[in-house]
Amino acid sequence: MITAMHPAAPPFQRFLLEHRDAVLRLLVGMVGPIDAEDCFQESFLKALRAWPPADLDGRLDTWMLTIAHRTALDHLRRRGAIDIALDHAGELDSQAEPDEVGAGLLGVWAQTPDGLWAAVGGLPNRQRAAVVLRVVLDQSHAQVAGLLDCSEAAARRSYADGLAALRARIADGTLEVTR
Amino acid sequence: MTYDTLLARSSDALARRAIDADLVDVAVADLDTVLGRLFVAATAAGIVQVAFAEVDRDELLTELAARVSPRVLEAPARLDDARRQLDEYLHGTRRAFDLPVDLQLARGEFRHSVLAQLPLIPYGATWNYAELAAAAGRPTAVRAAGSGCATNPVPIVVPCHRVLRTGGALGGYVGGLDRKAWLLALEAGG
Repeated sequence: MITAMHPAAPPFQRFLLEHRDAVLRLLVGMVGPIDAEDCFQESFLKALRAWPPADLDGRLDTWMLTIAHRTALDHLRRRGAIDIALDHAGELDSQAEPDEVGAGLLGVWAQTPDGLWAAVGGLPNRQRAAVVLRVVLDQSHAQVAGLLDCSEAAARRSYADGLAALRARIADGTLEVTR
Repeated sequence: MTYDTLLARSSDALARRAIDADLVDVAVADLDTVLGRLFVAATAAGIVQVAFAEVDRDELLTELAARVSPRVLEAPARLDDARRQLDEYLHGTRRAFDLPVDLQLARGEFRHSVLAQLPLIPYGATWNYAELAAAAGRPTAVRAAGSGCATNPVPIVVPCHRVLRTGGALGGYVGGLDRKAWLLALEAGG
């Protein structure tokens, strides 16, 4: 089957190579390394089915991360882990930038996907997504807000609450984060 | 499990599922051969491109996306048959290819008819460009027959290496004259 083509549509193979790393990082953070494999395939199959996207001038990374994030949420819902806990307005500094917890997460990520999941797996979905998007994928608060479909202030809160929860787990010894 | 293992495994499984779901219009793969790396691409109709290692891989993908379909994906399993037959041929144990060929990347009616004649040249035999032009129906179009060979999108499988200049000089080859001489020697049993 040959699809109608956009004059500037790049080959899907190149798009895959450019974005698969970010997608897998997000998915490992969202659903864990075991389920990430299947979600990765689902996400890129959806992208391939829609390829090329109508808006090629838009940001393809945002387009792809949106697909992956939705795929992860669908997966969590199917798995019965409906956990779309609304974030509480934290008393934390909502401007907090990645601190030692974030730096430690990056260190964990560099070593093993299982380690990343062990660290962030216990967070509520939105906090987990915000932390992984910010720390591991280096997305801005505005980009996180776009992907989570919430305000930028809410994205900042999710991120700060997630980091605070991780910090608390480190403090009580249930989580070891190494740089 | 390391991250790289997870990424490679997920990508391989994606390629298999994309093929199974019939979402890939152009499957591509790289084959390691005695002639160096060969880039091979196939559509549902057949092998659409064979390119030698010197050709920029990213440009090949871009051109396939523009001229065939942007749904281009690396899917080595889809090209297993081509890989096996090319291996056999290059090791001298196969004399003819049993592979469907898709000539949509060849431009122009005459070039199509030139390419259609090439598989008629027997293994180990050669024609000259004048004979090829005549077989393609335009005896005076010797130069056009030559350019049909020079732009053959599916070399080796469509055997443009079996065409020489009148008098026996090698002429040209899309993969370079060394490879042309190597293929002719292979077919001559040397």
